[in-house]
Amino acid sequence: MLVYSLLAGLLFGLYFSLIGLGLNLVFGVMRIVNLAHGDFLMLGAFLAFWLFTLISLNPIPAIFIVFVVFAIVGLPLYYLLVPRLLRAKDPEMLSFILFFGLSQVIEALATIAFGTSERSIPGGELGRAIVAVASLLTGHHVENGPVDIFGQTFPAAWVASGIASGIAVLLVYVYLYRTRLGYLTRAVMVHREEAIATGINVHRVSAIAFGIGLGLASVAGVFAPFMLGSITPAMGVEVTVTSFTVIVIGSLGKPLGTLLGGIIYGVSYMFMQSYYSSWANLLPYVLLVAILLVRPSGLLGRQVRRA
Amino acid sequence: MPKMLHHVTLILLPVVAAFAILPTVYSNHLLLFNFMIFIMLAQGVNVIYGFTGYLPFGYVGFFGAGAYGFSLMVIHLQASPLVALAAGAAAAVVLGLTLTPLFRLSGAYFSIANLAAALAVFQVVSNPNLESLTKGPYGISLSGVFDPTFAYGATLAILGATLGLVIYLRNSRFGMALQAIREDSISAGMAGINVVRERIIAWLLSALIAGLAGSVFAWYVSVFYPETVFSGEFTIFAIVFALFGGNGTVIGPILGVVILYGIYNAVGISTPQYFQLIYGALIMLLVLFLPNGLVSLLRQWGINVP
Repeated sequence: MLVYSLLAGLLFGLYFSLIGLGLNLVFGVMRIVNLAHGDFLMLGAFLAFWLFTLISLNPIPAIFIVFVVFAIVGLPLYYLLVPRLLRAKDPEMLSFILFFGLSQVIEALATIAFGTSERSIPGGELGRAIVAVASLLTGHHVENGPVDIFGQTFPAAWVASGIASGIAVLLVYVYLYRTRLGYLTRAVMVHREEAIATGINVHRVSAIAFGIGLGLASVAGVFAPFMLGSITPAMGVEVTVTSFTVIVIGSLGKPLGTLLGGIIYGVSYMFMQSYYSSWANLLPYVLLVAILLVRPSGLLGRQVRRA
Repeated sequence: MPKMLHHVTLILLPVVAAFAILPTVYSNHLLLFNFMIFIMLAQGVNVIYGFTGYLPFGYVGFFGAGAYGFSLMVIHLQASPLVALAAGAAAAVVLGLTLTPLFRLSGAYFSIANLAAALAVFQVVSNPNLESLTKGPYGISLSGVFDPTFAYGATLAILGATLGLVIYLRNSRFGMALQAIREDSISAGMAGINVVRERIIAWLLSALIAGLAGSVFAWYVSVFYPETVFSGEFTIFAIVFALFGGNGTVIGPILGVVILYGIYNAVGISTPQYFQLIYGALIMLLVLFLPNGLVSLLRQWGINVP
């Protein structure tokens, strides 16, 4: 039970990091709160669902299509909303309300387009993809089915989602710390005005970060049918709150803190599920408030904001 | 002082009189009641967001706390409605007091924490394990104290008091101090304003308004589920109404409720998705093109807005 909760918590933790990562990147770069984050995750989930239903595309290759589609959607959306918002008196607060409006629009359009019924992709599909990869790597045939780790059995979909999330987090790290654009992005994160003064095209850097943020949210959506249960147009709000919990635990505005936040969240979530399941729903909220009060800057944060 | 009297005669009295007279000529009392509830909630948001700049994204928590404070008093202690009303208000204020540490956070952090706190209260109240205390997810029924006429009258009185409070804030040193804190808390502190105390008073007043609104809501509808009184829609509607009209004024939130909630009801609620769509789009347009509300338009035309 203990080992099981711990390992399942790690797998879910990696996935929760992926959920929070895009939101944290957007907040870190633009200091705006994307309350529609969960709704982009929902849209990504639906795109993967339709790709699977209509042309029976496996969710793993669908990741790339979904990411590109939403990253491209993000660029015009950025120029449409954010520059205007940043000129207002209190952009951080107004972004809250603006993106809430966007979230309502997305949820409404999705409900009109897809209806309210719950949808899902069979978990075996994801298993098939990792079996193919595992067979290729080990050189001999691997059976599709639950995966054994340290004597504990997990659904293959969990393992695949966990691994894929880990890879996505790693790629974001590479982007931020090993590319020139990532270097500029970090400069904007540290000090926006100074970045402008040094001649960085802040809007371009921010627009790309915004696109990547939405792309990451939608990629997390691809795994939502396996990790969060069935998908519905109304799932967005709950996901957004979860993402906030994850990134606040890590530390707001520091994308890599998200990994720590996700794992802490995932492990404690699994422990709650195993030992106090009737109160498990309370966990994200209590954890969020508690962390904010004890350590507002998050576990990895250095600076403490003024009250 | 004459200005305050002016506002009372020009805004408070007409609004209260309208809601006192309308039931005799208009038969949908529930709709009138809802209008009053939303004016109270929008003004409650105004008190904390308009005057101090803290956006309470979990405002509905106070509303729900009020509703449950009222109901549990009636169910477990068979209290009379007015005593229960006081209990509901007290529940909201106590919740407000417990949440005062949130003021250590600023901006979006405060809003997120407030939202999480409201959701946590909802999860506790609706937890099946607490059925003996709160009836859990199965809802509350208060048939014993059901008295729509009395409840309507009480709501009217609370509405009047709420408007009176906002008029006071708009025209007093205390209200000025709050606005100074909103603009620049450090300068306000340097000017001799007790930032922490004044802000908490505004916060508790705002919680009190929502708690009273929740209490009379529970009394008036008398049958409800936890999802009803902890519905995020109350928060959203209150914020949008206040924002649409104009924060930090007396008349703004009233205009917002009358116009937006009026349209909302006039068009009818046949397909909720279309409303959600229109509302979402409206919120976005508001933030982008009219971030200071309708009253900012009036101000541009040289009209002095109370």
